[in-house]
Amino acid sequence: MPGTKGPWTDKRIEKILGNLLRSGVIAAAIVVLAGGIIYLIRYGANLPHYSIFHGVPSEFRSVEGIIAAAVTYRSRGLIQLGLLLLIATPIARVAFSIFAFALQRDRIYIIITLIVLAVLIFSLAGGGL
Amino acid sequence: MNILEFTSLVWFGSLIAGFLGSLTGLGGGVVIIPFLTLALGVDIRYAIGASLVSVIATSSGAAAAYVKEGFTNIRIGMFLEIATTMGALIGAALALRVSTGIIAVIFGMVLIYSAYLSSHPKLYRAGDDHSDRLATILRMDGSYPSLNGLIKYHVQAIPGGFGLMFIAGALSGLLGIGSGAIKVLAMDQVMRIPFKVSTTTSNFMIGVTAAASAGVYLNRGYIDPGVAMPVMLGVLLGSLLGARILAGAKTRILRIIFAVVIFLLGIEMIYNGLTGRL
Repeated sequence: MPGTKGPWTDKRIEKILGNLLRSGVIAAAIVVLAGGIIYLIRYGANLPHYSIFHGVPSEFRSVEGIIAAAVTYRSRGLIQLGLLLLIATPIARVAFSIFAFALQRDRIYIIITLIVLAVLIFSLAGGGL
Repeated sequence: MNILEFTSLVWFGSLIAGFLGSLTGLGGGVVIIPFLTLALGVDIRYAIGASLVSVIATSSGAAAAYVKEGFTNIRIGMFLEIATTMGALIGAALALRVSTGIIAVIFGMVLIYSAYLSSHPKLYRAGDDHSDRLATILRMDGSYPSLNGLIKYHVQAIPGGFGLMFIAGALSGLLGIGSGAIKVLAMDQVMRIPFKVSTTTSNFMIGVTAAASAGVYLNRGYIDPGVAMPVMLGVLLGSLLGARILAGAKTRILRIIFAVVIFLLGIEMIYNGLTGRL
């Protein structure tokens, strides 16, 4: 595969970033679709209830809860796992950028990227807001 | 209407929204939220959560292609993401505190402004030839490919662009949209970055910006699998189809029609927000 050997040029980093984003979205879409099909088979005939906001059940709100629900083959847990993969995709892109800037010894951008990653992790941890 | 019918309807509506959003460059979020709330009576908080997730999907999907083409300026994007992610976090925190009526009114105003921007495309104002000191320190000046080889550009007015990006992030976090129009405005009008670099770098930043508020929304139960699943799958497919067609399409008339639709939706969102129906 071209671009996977040699020095860490911007061009090569861009290529890896592009592939990372694409695989994240594809993986997320497949998991959401699988969960969606099971969900519709199980609950398709029920009535939806979205006009009043109750909030999603608590097991579908945290990273641990979603993983626990997904491994027990609960359809909505599987959908949430896919959505979590999707949210994680740009975060993984930022994390990889730190690694890439470190290889380029670009100190300013290591710090900039670390700040962005910190904000993202703070948010995923609930934001404390 | 049972869940199967509801899901199919939401999926199809999202497909159209993603398709039009990608053709006009305004994104799917501006249409999908009015569609879910006004047409299907979904609570605006579920609509925002679902839209935000679809924004991450389309942005990341498109960024994969743009980054490889060499237009996206990753350094500019990375630096401005400090502003957009912090803005998004504050926008999401605000969304948890203000009433849904106020959110609907702000949403309506953003729709009307987007309609105005879309129908009055601004000319790119070329920047000066000299380098900005801050841009040099941050190594932001770059080049992009064209038929006549690489074209170099210089970045200006970084503090102004940074400030506008913070507002773009806050609106994205508050309303669950990508706010790409404001991001492009900050880059091509304020920072004098060439249009194609601005649009692709804006798209590159949208996913990270949306992820910053998605975490908060997930924890607060706004992201419902039953709503987000058909929205995400529909918008993603629609925007991929839109990007395919975009290459050869004449989008001027479409943009005008879309601007009128968005303007009317904006009025309806404001009306429903003020009368306490949303």
